[in-house]
Amino acid sequence: MRCMIMIKADDATEAGVLPSEELLTAMGAYNEELVKAGVMLAGEGLHPSSKGVRVRFSATERTVVDGPFTETKELIAGFWLWQVRSMDEAIEWVKRCPNPTQGESEIEIRPVFEPDDFGPAFTPELREQEARLRAQSAETR
Amino acid sequence: MIEAVWRIESARLIAGLARMMRDVGSAEELAQDALVAALEQWPESGVPRNPGAWLMAVAKRRAIDLIRRNERFEHKLGELGRELESEVEVEVEASDHGAALHDHIEDDLLRLVFVACHPVLSTEARVALTLRLLGGLTTDEIARAFLVPEATVAQRIVRAKRTLAKERVPFEVPEADERVARLPSVLEVVYLVFNEGYSATAGQDWLRPALCEEALRLGRILAELMPQESEVHGLVALMEIQASRLRTRTTPSGEPILLLDQDRARWDQLLIRRGLAALERASALDVMFGPYALQAAIAACHARARTPEETDWGRIAALYAILGRCTPSPVIELNRAVALSMAFGPDIGLDLVDELASEPALRTYHLLPSVRGDLLVKLGRADEARSEFERAASLTRSERERTLLAARAAECADRSTTGPSS
Repeated sequence: MRCMIMIKADDATEAGVLPSEELLTAMGAYNEELVKAGVMLAGEGLHPSSKGVRVRFSATERTVVDGPFTETKELIAGFWLWQVRSMDEAIEWVKRCPNPTQGESEIEIRPVFEPDDFGPAFTPELREQEARLRAQSAETR
Repeated sequence: MIEAVWRIESARLIAGLARMMRDVGSAEELAQDALVAALEQWPESGVPRNPGAWLMAVAKRRAIDLIRRNERFEHKLGELGRELESEVEVEVEASDHGAALHDHIEDDLLRLVFVACHPVLSTEARVALTLRLLGGLTTDEIARAFLVPEATVAQRIVRAKRTLAKERVPFEVPEADERVARLPSVLEVVYLVFNEGYSATAGQDWLRPALCEEALRLGRILAELMPQESEVHGLVALMEIQASRLRTRTTPSGEPILLLDQDRARWDQLLIRRGLAALERASALDVMFGPYALQAAIAACHARARTPEETDWGRIAALYAILGRCTPSPVIELNRAVALSMAFGPDIGLDLVDELASEPALRTYHLLPSVRGDLLVKLGRADEARSEFERAASLTRSERERTLLAARAAECADRSTTGPSS
């Protein structure tokens, strides 16, 4: 399964304060760990909401609202996309993350919805055919 | 939760213990013992802050006990025991400081990879051992994924460990030429796991498709353990790109959808990007691609094409030509014929297919007449095409495919009675 890991914003990230060198080093090591474990698929840090924009929908109306946005705790400062086997595994990995702020902070884990990747029952003949189609290699896949 | 910790820590734990014990079998047993201890203690004491170090410390203490109990080692004991004990202390301390022993652990992991995929073991044994030791899967999970009884897998693993001990397989990464020779057996295991998952769809056990994810993860781990090996990145690229099509390759009722008919909007662009990036890593390391990187490059041609019409068939045909030189096979040649016909017209493809007709290996291969029939249809030679499809139908063992081929033959019969349609 895939999970999106969201690092919540705080006053510092919203003020555009860059992380300390110590935190950057720790985060770098942690990211490396995730890559080496084959867990990390993608990840980015986000600018503060002052550089962000929202588009508000109301029936057929569209209104553009410039940041910053006030509800700091609801904002995210960065995200990862992970490939894990279970929510438990994602939790275990998150617990190993360096504290992204100096004080209180929160990281949210949300499983990514994956459409039904695999259709219903696959008969034995079909499997056999599939195996053969595979032998035919990339051309027919 | 303990299961999740195990999943994260087991490979490193076993690898570290195997270096100490010089034996993968007892390393795994010690790791299992530590897991049992965790299962007993953690529910009451809570999960320790550094669960990996906790497990390692418990396992190492047991390792020392084991060695002490073994009288044959008595004379060595004093020394070794003291050494191990101090190592336990050092590592428990060091693990609080994070990555201090990192290189050390990675070397151990790489050794474990090469031992688990050692050529003295059968392919099945290598697969089971790799999933068990490196993937952290239980015997039951492996058995369910491969649709075999649990006892079979358990026995494969026991025998594999015994073979490794009997053959005195050293716990080391092979050097230079031997490493070049043994890398394919490692990559083969990972790709085999991938294909086992790729050939399955749900309705059965969720674990079969999950094998693709396991294989991808193993591949990604290998790519970081051996960043200088072009073919490792080639294999990762191939798996990432193939996995990007997982959700589009069958209908809801499970019928396969051919590549050119798939809904490309649903291909997983994240995996495609990762695959293309892995392919770039491979090409940065070595201008001469190996078989995995070549197959990945072919898959990448399809991945880059937003519509089937945009496919660079000329490049695909050229890549098949190189692949054919690298690993000669009439099936690859047949694929090259298809690519050539897409690039330069059906007559060019037909010439090559006709050359292949005498290949003994393809004599009963239904795809040869099937491809030939297809090319003949495109050339307006419906009569000849019909007999090819009929022949293909008689050769295939799949009922569903036979129906499809018979229908195409009937179509040709219609066409030849009403005259050439194009």
